[in-house]
Amino acid sequence: MPETPLNAQIKSPSRQTLESAVVRFSGDSGDGMQITGGQFMLATAVAQNNLSTFPDYPSEIRAPIGTTFGVSAFQINFGSRVIKTAGDNFDVLVAMNPAALKVELAGLKIGGIILLDVGSFQERNIHRANYEIDPRTDGSLDAYRVIELDISKLTLDAVASLGLSKEKGLSKKEALRCKNFWALGFVYWMFDRLRTPTVDWLKTKFAKRPQIAAANIAALNAGHALAETMEISDGLSSFSVAKAPNIEPGLYRTITGAEAMAWGLAVGAKLADLRLVFCSYPITPASPVLHALSHMVEHDIVTFQAEDEIAAVCAAIGASYAGSLGVTSSSGPGIALKGEALGLAVSTEQPLVVINTQRAGPSTGLPTKTEQSDLLQALYGRNGEAPIVVIAARSPGDCFNVAIEASKIATKYMTPVMVLSDGYIGNASEPWLIPDIDQLEKFPINLHKEGEYFDSTVRDEVTLARPWAIPGTPNLEHHIGGLEKSYETGEISSDPQNHQKMTDLRAAKIDGVVRDIPDQHVESGADSGKLVIVGWGSTYGPISRAVNNLQEAGVDVSHVHVRHIWPLPQNLGDLLAGFDHILVPEMNCGQFVKVLRDQYLLDAKGLNKMTGQPFKIVELEDAIRAHLEAAK
Amino acid sequence: MSDIKLTAKDFVSDQEVRWCPGCGDYAILKAVQRTLADVEAKTENTVFVSGIGCAARFPYYMKTYGFHGIHGRAPSIATGIKLANPDLDVWVVSGDGDALSIGGNHFVHLVRRNVDVQFLLFNNEIYGLTKGQFSPTSRVGTRSPSTPHGSIENPLSAALVALGAGAHFVARGVDNAQKQLVATLTRAHAFKGTSFVEIFQNCIVFNDGIFTEFTAKDKVAVKQVYVEHGKPLLFGKDHALGLRIKPGTLSLEIVTLGEQGISADDILVHDETDRALAALLADMNGDKLPIAIGVLYCKPGHIFEVEIRKLVQRESSGTTSNLNDVLRAGHTWTVADT
Ligand code: SF4
Repeated sequence: MPETPLNAQIKSPSRQTLESAVVRFSGDSGDGMQITGGQFMLATAVAQNNLSTFPDYPSEIRAPIGTTFGVSAFQINFGSRVIKTAGDNFDVLVAMNPAALKVELAGLKIGGIILLDVGSFQERNIHRANYEIDPRTDGSLDAYRVIELDISKLTLDAVASLGLSKEKGLSKKEALRCKNFWALGFVYWMFDRLRTPTVDWLKTKFAKRPQIAAANIAALNAGHALAETMEISDGLSSFSVAKAPNIEPGLYRTITGAEAMAWGLAVGAKLADLRLVFCSYPITPASPVLHALSHMVEHDIVTFQAEDEIAAVCAAIGASYAGSLGVTSSSGPGIALKGEALGLAVSTEQPLVVINTQRAGPSTGLPTKTEQSDLLQALYGRNGEAPIVVIAARSPGDCFNVAIEASKIATKYMTPVMVLSDGYIGNASEPWLIPDIDQLEKFPINLHKEGEYFDSTVRDEVTLARPWAIPGTPNLEHHIGGLEKSYETGEISSDPQNHQKMTDLRAAKIDGVVRDIPDQHVESGADSGKLVIVGWGSTYGPISRAVNNLQEAGVDVSHVHVRHIWPLPQNLGDLLAGFDHILVPEMNCGQFVKVLRDQYLLDAKGLNKMTGQPFKIVELEDAIRAHLEAAK
Repeated sequence: MSDIKLTAKDFVSDQEVRWCPGCGDYAILKAVQRTLADVEAKTENTVFVSGIGCAARFPYYMKTYGFHGIHGRAPSIATGIKLANPDLDVWVVSGDGDALSIGGNHFVHLVRRNVDVQFLLFNNEIYGLTKGQFSPTSRVGTRSPSTPHGSIENPLSAALVALGAGAHFVARGVDNAQKQLVATLTRAHAFKGTSFVEIFQNCIVFNDGIFTEFTAKDKVAVKQVYVEHGKPLLFGKDHALGLRIKPGTLSLEIVTLGEQGISADDILVHDETDRALAALLADMNGDKLPIAIGVLYCKPGHIFEVEIRKLVQRESSGTTSNLNDVLRAGHTWTVADT
């Protein structure tokens, strides 16, 4: 069989052109599906398609092999048009074992393609996946195009051709582990992707064990070659997805929300000309931010893995007090533990950035699943009146911008700023136009150096921020703490009128942040009319696609996506009042809708989902149509 | 200003001291101010950090930088301060409830990391600020508002906990022994790493006299042994008593010089670098054996924030990489202008 050169794209005349496609790689936790998906994403990015991904991890750490709760999947939506979500239902399912088939089949489009590793369809595995009988025999796959291949065996054959053995540095187990790359090669052929980036990646990744790299490359090539053969002999469908037009020119990479958050914090500190001291305690799904920053010590970034969530936030507060940019990061349960300390940061007016990568709750909940249910916690989850600034990221790449903005507001207003991300955007990735940091606006902070530390005149007249006087500065020795402070002197005070004054001051300071917040714009559609869909955070993708689809169908609907949760943009109330109906989709039981109703006395309605999964576009479309129908 | 030698008074703030009259905290405050003057500390480089409790008011009374934090978390705030600026001279002031109950976790980890701070634990075996409940160091049977029938729980030994957590410096002082306390605090200040000092402090209101069995004037000589590195562990009137390893055991016993053929040579000499000895000394509770005061253990080890700075320096020296490079590392591709 002639081997196609690695870097050749095959202009097969029979390739069917698609505007977009959704592929889902699914297998056992040990099958390497996240790596497979990540590589497909890379090849797709290189093909200059738009794309969005959704890594869907199992909730068990080491679920028994072959069980449905051990299934790990990676979904990618890509196309020549604008891609806003990882896609609802998929066109192609790669199922590496019966459990993956069992879990995923419902998400596959009717008529969709299944690539099945029948090498894993032994009696035992079929049983473990809770199938009574082999699904290949009972007609349950009749509605799909099933490609049954013994990928396990084909992989072993391909690797065997290298003449490697245990003695020569490759065991049979290791050879078998290459089967994900075999499947990847097959799918690469189907979608006309280049293998070069993956081959390069394998060579770098396994630089110390070239046998492993070679085995995987052999598997990749074998999968690719067999697909090529099958196209001719078996009429295997193959597709081409054209380059996306109108992509802003420039240098791109793929980025996850966690990476973007980490880099945004590093850049934010740099723009403020401060050392970043990042203090965190391991928690799913927030830990990748800690990991990313831990690799950046050479940029004077200090990461501190504390003994618990409380220590993490308190160390961040201590770092800010001493003149660094203190940041702490966690997920809902950890943020709950940090509550008291956030109050301390409010009371002592420390610049502090708090990242909450939300997950499904309550309590431990579903740690690997996504939700937006910590919004009210962010706004109100502290004792006493303790207002802070809250900003929400809408996409993986947006985490970068939000982290920089949070750093800026925190240092300018001497206040904690909470950034809301979630498990979905934290793990998901998308192509990202790499900014030039040197072109970003600097916001160097003003440390207080002269005069008295504090008197009633020393607050910034506009921002109401207290002066930032750090230990080590002569003549500014002072006391600070969680006890109420005198407006006049900054020392402790239990005077009743003073407490009123300080409470008002803290609220006014946060309200005043609105000066630094742009007016709310309408994402798409008219700026007044029949219906507006109001979203925040990671629902951006599905809402904007659903609204666009409906607009194309002639429906009068607009989309407003709020980034600044607190304070809210100045014009938001008036803007929303211009619509007859307001619908607020959220992955919670209606938290932002409560805030909008409370702040503006508007009759906003919620559209809520609590499955731990992002909204599907079609779900939103149906709900919006139903809402309009009912409103008639 | 930094050229003029400061006196203890220069460390006294303008804030009115609000402890109960007769509280042991006053004497400790004085000793700390004295120590700072002796070691020629700079007010602007000195930071006092505290949590919650009577002791936690301490920073307000110091004319230095002061951070009054939240209950139990002072070690974490102090760690953050040192991560931001390792050059600051940081003192943590805590109590038995603050450090060993609500903040037990942070205390253990501060010590384990060996962050370079002075950690003063004012142990009065009671909760003062919340009006007299038993604490983790209260002895069994302590009657308090929350244990009217007497407490049931066993107390813990702060010094043994510190040693168990890997402390590199463990010392003890008594509020009413000013000279010794200043000497111990001076040692603590000089030590690089977490210097843990437990200070027995009398709460005159809720637990008065709890330590008199070894702090009363007539008890000091026989119930306290002041330990000094390289010197025999002698105590009692005219240093007539001494400590030695009880033959055939791993425990200490009291012997009388000149009795049963005991001479000065039989007395154990204090070696502050010996962790096993430190544990034996820390375990003496003033009941059968005297209570050990002074520097029980001192053995420098690597310091958390110093190692972090070294790491940053090592990794950043010679690198020309900037954040723009970080963003561009790995696979990138160019979309051309069309
Ligand atoms: S309650 Fe006890 S410890 Fe607290 S200030 Fe009064 S005497 Fe001192």
